[in-house]
Amino acid sequence: MSKFLKILAPAGAGALGVLGSAYMLADQFVVDIPAPVRGSIVVAANAATEDTTGTEEASVSAEPMAEIEQVEMMLQSPEGGFSLGREALSEEVAAWDIDVRPDGLGLPEGSGDVFMGEEIYLENCAMCHGDFGEAIGRWPVLAGGEGTLDGEDPVKTVGSYWPYASTIFDYIHRAMPFGNAQSLTDDEVYALTAYVLYLNYLVEDDFVLNRETFAEVPMPNQDNFFMDDRAEVELGEFSKEACMENCKDTVEIVKRARVLDVTPEAAESDETQENAAEETTEQMAAAETTQAVDEASEETTDATDAIDPELAAAGETVFRKCRACHQVGEGASNRVGPHLNAIIGRSVGSVEGFRYSSAMQDAGGGGLVWSEESLGEFLTNPRDFLAGTKMSFAGLRDEGDVAAIIAYLGSMSE
Amino acid sequence: MVKIFKGSKPSRRSFLKGALAAGGAVTGAGLAQAAPDTAITELQPWNQNLGDGVDVSPYGVPSEFEAHVQRKNVEWLTADTVSSINFTPLHELDGILTPNGLCFERHHAGVAEVDPAKHRLMINGLVDKPLVFTLQDLMRFPRENHVYFLECAANTGMEWRGAQLNGCQFTHGMIHNVMYTGVPLRLILEEAGVKTNGKWVMPEGADASAMTRSVPIEKAMDDCLVAFKMNGEALRPEQGYPMRLVVPGWEGNMWIKWLRRIEVGDMPWHHREETSKYTDLLENGSARRFTWEMDAKSVITNPSPQAPLNHGKGHTVLTGVAWSGRGTVPRVDVTLDGGKNWHQARISGPSLPMSMHRFYFEFDWDGSPLLLQSRAHDSTGYVQPTKDQLRVIRGENSIYHNNGIQTWYVNEQGIAENVEIS
Repeated sequence: MSKFLKILAPAGAGALGVLGSAYMLADQFVVDIPAPVRGSIVVAANAATEDTTGTEEASVSAEPMAEIEQVEMMLQSPEGGFSLGREALSEEVAAWDIDVRPDGLGLPEGSGDVFMGEEIYLENCAMCHGDFGEAIGRWPVLAGGEGTLDGEDPVKTVGSYWPYASTIFDYIHRAMPFGNAQSLTDDEVYALTAYVLYLNYLVEDDFVLNRETFAEVPMPNQDNFFMDDRAEVELGEFSKEACMENCKDTVEIVKRARVLDVTPEAAESDETQENAAEETTEQMAAAETTQAVDEASEETTDATDAIDPELAAAGETVFRKCRACHQVGEGASNRVGPHLNAIIGRSVGSVEGFRYSSAMQDAGGGGLVWSEESLGEFLTNPRDFLAGTKMSFAGLRDEGDVAAIIAYLGSMSE
Repeated sequence: MVKIFKGSKPSRRSFLKGALAAGGAVTGAGLAQAAPDTAITELQPWNQNLGDGVDVSPYGVPSEFEAHVQRKNVEWLTADTVSSINFTPLHELDGILTPNGLCFERHHAGVAEVDPAKHRLMINGLVDKPLVFTLQDLMRFPRENHVYFLECAANTGMEWRGAQLNGCQFTHGMIHNVMYTGVPLRLILEEAGVKTNGKWVMPEGADASAMTRSVPIEKAMDDCLVAFKMNGEALRPEQGYPMRLVVPGWEGNMWIKWLRRIEVGDMPWHHREETSKYTDLLENGSARRFTWEMDAKSVITNPSPQAPLNHGKGHTVLTGVAWSGRGTVPRVDVTLDGGKNWHQARISGPSLPMSMHRFYFEFDWDGSPLLLQSRAHDSTGYVQPTKDQLRVIRGENSIYHNNGIQTWYVNEQGIAENVEIS
């Protein structure tokens, strides 16, 4: 016993010390916090630099603190810095510093027009944002919404809400298309930006966007933003003395969450704990079953040598490229693309409830079935294999990736 | 009946059933026990059999009986789980620190799985010398430890038009409170040398959403950290591994994860997340921008819809959390009668600026319905407003920064519901 205590004691003391800087004891109703005390103890960081050894100087210029345990020393850079890191090369800065500001700082050379933008948009963006920027499902609406901001259901789009055109270029340039960021050329981003502006009636169909025309684009809602004014409008109002006794005569319930019933696994709160316990039981049971299935499938795998598990695992990584649009596995449903459960061996264009391109429907009607071969060809170059497909993915260049993803999809039979 | 397991591994299911049966027999303190408690009289398997050795669980996980304690998402909220949010199970936690695996997640292009060996932090823009750091470089700077809450500006955003989600996990779970270890951003910026016209910094993430926000230089030089540890261990991938920005007291969206670059400039960038998002639309159609600070807020975590009062009448413990982006929370009031009368709650645990505070209020429940609320007072004198007080100023369309007082209605059975009251 005492031996253990000796071993553990220093660790415990260390943990206390970490919190010690502003630790307030329990069971206090009102705690007066001293203003964050930052001592001016200067640590000459010679010891931290490489070229000096063993000359650790700590010149203490602080006034004595009354409550020394509450002082957090303010860290200081030494004269000449820490000499950490290295200078960034101009090529490196150029590779990453591609963001754009409202004054146009950061806009690259190049240009793009509305027509080119429409083409890129329909291929890369329409599957989520809709053909006219109206959005599919809960993906962001890009156009429309003018005059709705002061209504009950404001629709915040590029045209109705966004204050700066630079934000469109910047965001597309660095983060779109979703799941395939930074795949567009500067000209393509100019063109897409022009098209999004056109969808919002902010430019005409002959508009060409470049660094010069950029400043001409009007953004109607620009002047309706203002700097946070809570300090003036709210802080005083919400800093009045609070009533503690007999604050009101009656209290009525005026709104109830139950009426809406939108909570995941809602209601049954009286039994929540029991349910949770039951859930646990079910999960355990499920875990046991899974284990049994795993064991069983191990046996069958050995017998049939159908899928190389390592290849399938590699395929799961490659599948990240697809995840933005496709789901696979337990509970997979149709998203931008159809779910991919049991795709090998199924007829092309046959998932119920998914709106396929006519090209895909025709191929399925003509008897095409997704085999490892046909799927491989499709994934290598989707539009070459099936002209007219809605799938905007450019294709997998690496043959190994194709094999891996087919192995992965093949392993997701249900 | 005493179950004795011999030879074969005992079924975990039967463990649980036994535990439940025993638990169910005990209702209400002070009641006479009719029959002996089998939790005492029966030999439990763990009383007798050997447990796992020290080599079984090199990275420990919670008891299997806690498997229901999970982050949860609300499917209808977003188009896809890749750009979405899940919620911290506040009703299952106590104290002030959030366990790493339960910290809510919000990402805009999925969890980036960054190889730290291929991760760099670049400082560029209006600096004397643009610099590149590796994680190893960063760890040679002096570092600090601070406990801070991180709250998404949209926390409680679904409740602007009225009570909607039944559970504090869903109404208030876009928050976590963690001890960060990191390097003051000031030291890193000083290393590059900020030019005199450098008034703003723009942190950028390495994930596929390339998250960016504009941060005024005063905040950057004050208390921001570039953190690489949370609660002592490396940041979790979903929290920005290997490094994230910590912006104490300010909205979570600014705490850029997978931080790879900080640009210094002379004006803000007005990027997507500070124009089309994270601006607060008011009733008249105008919008506040740069609403960075998180207002003082609190919520009762127990009882709450997911954590009913299921013990019947008698002594009970009400608890909850409070926080403020402007300092500490020296006082929390609670009411049991919908705000007719208030009582000062007891705060227990560290009271740190811009960190969660834990409060308790113990009382004897007589079994009559309750209307529970909590009200935080922060160290600036600000008192958490009611939702109606907020609506008068902001309307119902602002989505963000809803710090209004939460009400739980608890009925005679102890079932709690999210309501609003007059």
